[in-house]
Amino acid sequence: MLGRRALLGALPVLAAPAIVRAQTAQSLTFYYPIAVGGPLQAVMDGYCADYKKETGVTVNPVYAGNYGDALTKAQTAIKAGQGPHFAVLLAAEMHSLQDADILVSLDEIGLDADGKKWVDSFYPAFMANSHVGGKTWSVPFQRSTLIAYYNKQAFSEAGLDPEAFPKDWAGMSKAAQTLTKQDGSGRVTRWGIKIAGDLGNAQWTFGALANQVGQKLMNEAGTETYFDAPKTVEALTYWRDLAPRGTPPGISAWPVLSPDFLEGNTAIIWHTTGNLTNLRGKAKFPFGVAGVPGKDSPHTVVGGGNLYFFKHASAAERTASLRFAQWISAPERAADWSIKTGYIASSPAAYDTPALKQYVAGFPAAAVARDFLPVATGELSTFENQRIQKVLTDQIQAVLNGQKEPGPALADAQRESTRVLRQFL
Amino acid sequence: MRRETVHAWLLLTPALALLVAFTHWPAVATLWDSLSSTPRGARPAHWVGLANFAALMDDPVFFQALWNNFIYAIATIPVSVVLALAMALAVNRAIPGRAALRMAFFLPTMLPMIAIANIWLFFYTPDYGLLDQVLGALGFGRHNWLGDPALALPSLIAVAVWKEAGFFMIFYLAALQSLPPVLREAGALEGASDWYYLRRVTLPLLMPTTLFVLVNAVVNAFRLVDHVVVMTHGGPDNATNLLLYYIYETGFRFMDTATAAALTVVLLVILGALAGFQFGVLGRRVYYR
Repeated sequence: MLGRRALLGALPVLAAPAIVRAQTAQSLTFYYPIAVGGPLQAVMDGYCADYKKETGVTVNPVYAGNYGDALTKAQTAIKAGQGPHFAVLLAAEMHSLQDADILVSLDEIGLDADGKKWVDSFYPAFMANSHVGGKTWSVPFQRSTLIAYYNKQAFSEAGLDPEAFPKDWAGMSKAAQTLTKQDGSGRVTRWGIKIAGDLGNAQWTFGALANQVGQKLMNEAGTETYFDAPKTVEALTYWRDLAPRGTPPGISAWPVLSPDFLEGNTAIIWHTTGNLTNLRGKAKFPFGVAGVPGKDSPHTVVGGGNLYFFKHASAAERTASLRFAQWISAPERAADWSIKTGYIASSPAAYDTPALKQYVAGFPAAAVARDFLPVATGELSTFENQRIQKVLTDQIQAVLNGQKEPGPALADAQRESTRVLRQFL
Repeated sequence: MRRETVHAWLLLTPALALLVAFTHWPAVATLWDSLSSTPRGARPAHWVGLANFAALMDDPVFFQALWNNFIYAIATIPVSVVLALAMALAVNRAIPGRAALRMAFFLPTMLPMIAIANIWLFFYTPDYGLLDQVLGALGFGRHNWLGDPALALPSLIAVAVWKEAGFFMIFYLAALQSLPPVLREAGALEGASDWYYLRRVTLPLLMPTTLFVLVNAVVNAFRLVDHVVVMTHGGPDNATNLLLYYIYETGFRFMDTATAAALTVVLLVILGALAGFQFGVLGRRVYYR
């Protein structure tokens, strides 16, 4: 008896250092992806250094590759029992991460009145992927829409008005064909347009194309897809038929779109607004930024990354992570990140900061992506998201390479995705 | 127990522990995982028998990855081995700039596959990449090397051969250096032509090296997928999806560990069968001095 009492008495003493340590998490780790060019790692390191100066808390930012890589690394590390405390991951991974049961909701971490106000401060469109079961699971960090970058010099050269980017599909195809330039031997020296068809990106671009005919690719719950809908087929047919006169036949890959554009190899690219600052710094010709067109009028897709918090972190680490998230998404930082990248600042308040106001006034292109938010749809987001992405992308690639017709290809994609999602209905 | 027996076990223990921990136990665990379902969040794994393997039989991507891997293996193995031998024979004799040539041949081996893949990514860029620029100057059109299903796998094979040949050359070169020069002199006295000498003396004496190189080449044909990750992600439409990459994709992208384990068992069986063939059949025909 005595032994046990002595032991019990000793417990608080033994546990005390651990509690002290736990109450003030002094060191946090988070993963983040980079999907665009430019020295963004230095920017992120700078934020964390500033945070350390202000609060004394060390935050280690770990660059984890593109969105797919970051997701793989975070999930694998957490499975192995030592993942990051929080991470920037694709907003569209919401359902999959929920299913993996590794997230902790903001409500569970604890939101005071200020915290609730903070959650309500973001653009509602960016919170669309954050709510499930009455709880909030993530907050927007770097959000984007698909926009068009175009070479104004090439437009003038081809006899097009560099201030009037096409607004509908017919105009888009015509412009692309007009912009494609061949040399004497018939070799193409400049393509009209390039759109990313590689794995991890094709489904995003295609989400915009589907929205351009007024078709959604999935339901809100992430349990159904609409790949074989007639309008989805129409969207893929349009994409395919841009080749060979407007765009090169086959697949163009996301990572080479920016170099292609900067080299003058293509006059137009569809890319993320997050690439704006990178292109602005490197382009040797005047370029324009416009909303991507639509069958009748411009329509696009939102994308980008949210901040997710992980369940395996201790209570103190969760709280500290949330505090950092609040700090880094404050209007001044959001404005700064937007200026340094081109991503849409996550809250309207950021656009009221002097820094961003001044920036947009001097560089109106910086506001284009935000202005197209009202005509943007959510990106493909389902359970088993990575698998569904691949199912769709494989078929898109088969069509772009001329191996299949859009109708049968998308019917195959729908059959496979129905099979994968059956268990979640 | 006899003293010697105890000693023997004590001496064996470290090696045995390592072997069990890093080779045998993972293999058994993989087999076990392949017979269970994938644990997801709140749903733990449960026994499913051969269901994962049955699902593989219905998976066209699995068969395509198998077929791709077959093509990849039968293209990379002979080409890189023959090329390695030719390079070794070329730099084994006294020629001007021999050291520089040897280094040039060996250079690709020293670079990590990721770096090589990035270099070749530039070579393969359509329109303004190195290959298209050279071919364009000769009057050929545009090639989407990595985006065209007909060209993508051959393009990856070329990268693999480029990396592997130099590595195998080193083994051949070492073996050639160790051949006794008296054989060469005896051959010359008997009036054997270079070709005859190569065919009847050099190649048979190189057989142990060839077996070693072949084993390595076969393993690498299934093991080296870094360039797939960097260059194509298995695309377009699975045209470059190799078995190990498919395992990675299933296990770490889709987090479907059970299917990945079943795929791994398939890979283990294939490699086991190939190793059995190489050591059992080829090994017996090898002349060891």
